[in-house]
Amino acid sequence: MNKEKEIVLRIEDVHKSFGENHVLRGVSMGIRRGETKILIGPSGTGKSTLLTCINMLTPPDAGKIWLLEDEITGSKRVNLLRQKIGFVFQDFSLFNHLTALGNVSIGLTKVKGMDRKKARKKALEELKQVGLEEKASSYPAQLSGGQKQRVAIARALAMDPQLILFDEPTSALDPELIGEVLGVMKKLANQGMTMLVVSHEMGFARSVADEVIFMEGGVIVEQGPPAQLFSSPKVERTGQFLSRLSGLFGEEGEK
Amino acid sequence: MTFWQVIQQSWSPMLDGLQVTMQLTLLSIVFGLALGLFLALGKVYGWKPLRWFCTAFIEIIRGTPLLVQIFIIYFGLPPYGIRLSPLEAAVIAFSINSGAYQAEYLRGAIQSIPSGQMQAALSMGMTPWQGVISIIMPQALRRVIPPWTNEFIYLLKYTSLAYIIGTPELMAQARFVASRNYEYFQTYLFAALIYLSIVLVFSEFFGWVERKFRIPGFEFHK
Ligand SMILES: Nc1ncnc2c1ncn2[C@@H]1O[C@H](COP(=O)(O)OP(=O)(O)O)[C@@H](O)[C@H]1O
Ligand SMILES: [Mg+2]
Repeated sequence: MNKEKEIVLRIEDVHKSFGENHVLRGVSMGIRRGETKILIGPSGTGKSTLLTCINMLTPPDAGKIWLLEDEITGSKRVNLLRQKIGFVFQDFSLFNHLTALGNVSIGLTKVKGMDRKKARKKALEELKQVGLEEKASSYPAQLSGGQKQRVAIARALAMDPQLILFDEPTSALDPELIGEVLGVMKKLANQGMTMLVVSHEMGFARSVADEVIFMEGGVIVEQGPPAQLFSSPKVERTGQFLSRLSGLFGEEGEK
Repeated sequence: MTFWQVIQQSWSPMLDGLQVTMQLTLLSIVFGLALGLFLALGKVYGWKPLRWFCTAFIEIIRGTPLLVQIFIIYFGLPPYGIRLSPLEAAVIAFSINSGAYQAEYLRGAIQSIPSGQMQAALSMGMTPWQGVISIIMPQALRRVIPPWTNEFIYLLKYTSLAYIIGTPELMAQARFVASRNYEYFQTYLFAALIYLSIVLVFSEFFGWVERKFRIPGFEFHK
């Protein structure tokens, strides 16, 4: 369906070790414009490491990563490429000393050099996009977890990224707050944002993912459309992992 | 003499002394802050040689008596052609000494900011330096106000050591007054009360600053 769209992110044989711990053992994948891919796998498998390799917060030991035409690995000015890759953290990591508006606009003023007035206007638009324009002057400590994560998404959106990486965006949230964050992410996916999401929200994966990627032991074990992967996985391990997920959390399992 | 008479007779030289004390304190705390910022940032973010230099500097200053440092600067440097007035020597000694202590408070504050803050700053395309200036320091400086207030109060009181090299600050003036009126107890009590009131004024002031810059809803957890 998306075959004719350009490839936004390409990862080729990425390896990463921490000391003796060989975490990523040759990961390759690609994402085309407008696709949403969901990354699943047991804890400690290297999902977060893979995401931070993509924006070079964790430089890989070997392998190459491209964002459109630019090779991220080996780039001298990584910060210029990072602007184009949004990152949403499990623990939100909002800037504690700034209001919601300040969190969203600081990248525009400091990184993009936009003037304050324009940045403010754009930041308000992004907050509106996640349904939080009335919280613009609240500080992170005055927001619920779900609101914090929506501000974090607005902060990523403000930079007009080519791609947004989400690292378990709902797993630090109380169950009743998960829906509002997934709702925003669903909207983004439908608007054509390119997204790579680590998440075990199976319902979400089923409704928005173009592809689900199962990772274990530092390699991609299996990948495919959610309908196929969830109902008839080709690899035994995938099936075991999925049944453990739904066994733990029910059909619409959540982690 | 009654205490009141001592005050009436000595307030003028004592206030001169207070003025020098305040000069000493304010200059030293400001220079010390600049030095402390450099040392703290160097120790946390610097490349290895700078980190070692900052660590060694801080440890040497904190590991040796303040009085020895004052004597080295005032009595030890003239043979090498560096002649300083008592006030200059005292300001330099106190700035260096306070800088080392301020550096440690600042380092603690910087390192208490969760690492995710810097990760988030870098992820949006900030340079490490932008992350330090725009994200880490605004939080660390708020965090450092209480220990920094203590350092200010210590420094204010320690400036009394400068009387030894002849700086005409409050303690030196009190000694001078007492050597004339022989009312040691009352004269030094007067000096003590002046120190105490200045300490209280500044504690209040920095408490106000801390409250003013407090982040709404946010409590630093130790
Ligand atoms: N900065 C680091 N230093 C050392 N080890 C790390 C670091 N980050 C991750 N690891 C290790 O890498 C492995 C994979 O971690 P991670 O990528 O967080 O897995 P996941 O996100 O799939 O749960 C774990 O064994 C973890 O302990
Ligand atoms: Mg993880």
